[in-house]
Amino acid sequence: MQPTSQNFAANAHRALGNPTLQRAMAMTRTGFSEKRAAAVARLPEFDALRDQGVAIKNHVLAHLDCYLETFERNVIAQGGVVHWCRTAEEARETVLGICRAAGAKTVTKGKSMIGEEIALNDFLEANAIAPVETDLGEYIVQIRHETPSHIIAPASHLVREQIAESFRAAHAHLPPGRPLEDPRVMCDEARGVLREKFLAADVGITGANFLVAETGSSIIVTNEGNGDLTQILPKVHIVLASIEKIVPTLEDAATLLRLLARSATGQEFSTYTTVSTGPRRESDTDGPGAYHVVLIDNGRSALIGGEFHDMLRCIRCAACLNHCPIYGAIGGHAYGWVYPGPMGAVLTPALIGIAGAGHLPNASTLCGRCEEVCPMRIPLPKMMRSWREREFSQNLGPKAQRRGLRLWAMIAMRPALYRFVSDAASRMLGALGGARGRFRSLPLVSGWTDRRDLPAPEGKSFMAAWAERQEARARAPR
Amino acid sequence: MTDARDRILGGIRAGLGRGRLDGDAARAVEARLAAHRRNLVPARAASLDRAGQAKLFIAMAEEVDATVAEVASAAAVPDAVADYLSRQNLPSRLVVTTDKQLDDIPWDARPLLAIRKGRAEDGDAVSVTACVAAIAETGTLMLVSGRDSPTRNNFLPDTHIVVLRRDQVVAAYEDGWDRLREAGAMPRTVNFITGPSRTADIEQRLVLGAHGPRRLHIVLIGDAED
Repeated sequence: MQPTSQNFAANAHRALGNPTLQRAMAMTRTGFSEKRAAAVARLPEFDALRDQGVAIKNHVLAHLDCYLETFERNVIAQGGVVHWCRTAEEARETVLGICRAAGAKTVTKGKSMIGEEIALNDFLEANAIAPVETDLGEYIVQIRHETPSHIIAPASHLVREQIAESFRAAHAHLPPGRPLEDPRVMCDEARGVLREKFLAADVGITGANFLVAETGSSIIVTNEGNGDLTQILPKVHIVLASIEKIVPTLEDAATLLRLLARSATGQEFSTYTTVSTGPRRESDTDGPGAYHVVLIDNGRSALIGGEFHDMLRCIRCAACLNHCPIYGAIGGHAYGWVYPGPMGAVLTPALIGIAGAGHLPNASTLCGRCEEVCPMRIPLPKMMRSWREREFSQNLGPKAQRRGLRLWAMIAMRPALYRFVSDAASRMLGALGGARGRFRSLPLVSGWTDRRDLPAPEGKSFMAAWAERQEARARAPR
Repeated sequence: MTDARDRILGGIRAGLGRGRLDGDAARAVEARLAAHRRNLVPARAASLDRAGQAKLFIAMAEEVDATVAEVASAAAVPDAVADYLSRQNLPSRLVVTTDKQLDDIPWDARPLLAIRKGRAEDGDAVSVTACVAAIAETGTLMLVSGRDSPTRNNFLPDTHIVVLRRDQVVAAYEDGWDRLREAGAMPRTVNFITGPSRTADIEQRLVLGAHGPRRLHIVLIGDAED
């Protein structure tokens, strides 16, 4: 998909003024974080498991080449095929080649963020192959010709009336006057429509939450069972996975699985965790006849050993989105590309370049909640600051902002000057603020005052107040 | 393709500031893979005795909307299944896998149950399968594919009934991996199933029966005193 991250400010502005989106976001804001907190509270070992999860991922990244080779060897030993792809384009061509060789007309798909990243659906459609998203949320955004707004809840930007309207438009073969208010009824309708697709598909494409080096297996986690019907019914199963999804053993996978569902949806365990190894065995009576793993780099290997290395620990649980005040206010589409929220603010500039995504690491109050809840303890705020530094040093921000920052830096590096300026400014604003103690509007900061009042400073800077206090203490009798 | 492979691996090695691992470092990775060392396993189930684990399994499974019937022996399974189907107002036609674990169930005891053995097809309403283990920690069933246990039987029918022996209940996923390794080669598919299919993709409202079974019923065989 074409990134619109450079229009972040306008996107966010529109999102804040969209009452329907705001109604949907109000439901997203509370649900996930409350459920996660309850699940974490129930497992005394949660933080210890986080430490072990971090250690596993760090170990894998330090030996990623070895584990990828081991994984490949074991996939081949089980009768599967591994395709190495450096870019999105190579990955798309590889998938198309497999589909063509299978004579595929329709392809069912389980939810895959790397599939979004390589923009696979548009490409398959352009080549006369019909991709059908089967996760309910993904299906909803597909029939609306939208993209997911959340990495695990793709349709969380929508309210039920919008979904009902899309179902009426997409399912024209059903009676137009049927009731569609209840999510239960909409879910049943989608179940019926998609069951036909599952049974008719020639190829099934899923993502992978983990790849297991020891056994050459891919693991997917779903609640709906769509990923399973996608991969067991067609003749061919294609797994799309980025290279950092590797874990050494099934034991390591178990540890990360204990963290994933709790961090994501607050479930103890997702409904379906499925380990797939190679194509169907000779004696099996079902399962795909062919198993392909498309291993995709698309910018990951370049992050290894660098400033954003730790980002490769990410297991895509979305806890950082679910706890981010910015994401909660504007939703995922405003971020303008595949990955929204704090993890997107770090990953997007790494994958599409800081020039087109410079707004994203700035769209944060650096409140630190994302790092607090990240099961992989990824230092997201620190990385956003790193991107801000890079943006500044490459002269990429708006001119006025860069000048302002330079001026501020010049003053801040001279303590006496800084104290003088901040003291004077705070006295002046304090006096101007008068008895109301706040400003309705103020030049230069209309971005703030257009929507809310700006509190006036008390009239003294912190440093001045502190000095006075120390002085008073020294004078006070012991 | 080999070019892409070499360049990806080369890029990783360049980032790590080293060449291809060999000698002791490579052997350490091999040894880690071979050891199957367990990481931290939560005490929740591991600290319990067998009876406690079975109790925990039932409680955790029921928490995620599975239902559980406890019976004394395989002889009682047909009654338990027939009762469940009639209570739920479900058809009494079953597709049952040829899994030998189900061989000692005397289906003839309930002649009104129509049994078809084998692979589930579109339209089969109720499936009965065995499993290889049940994980007490989260109320999770572990099923594997094989000649007598097609994976689709776990997903296509609206109702999935799983027959489980009490001695199959284990504490943790890691115990499940051990059972799998004891059994030999890795099966094509391993399914961990925790409750019936569900979604919350519309306004975060939980709906059961998204694409997989709408109902998951577990028949647990064996005396609680075991």
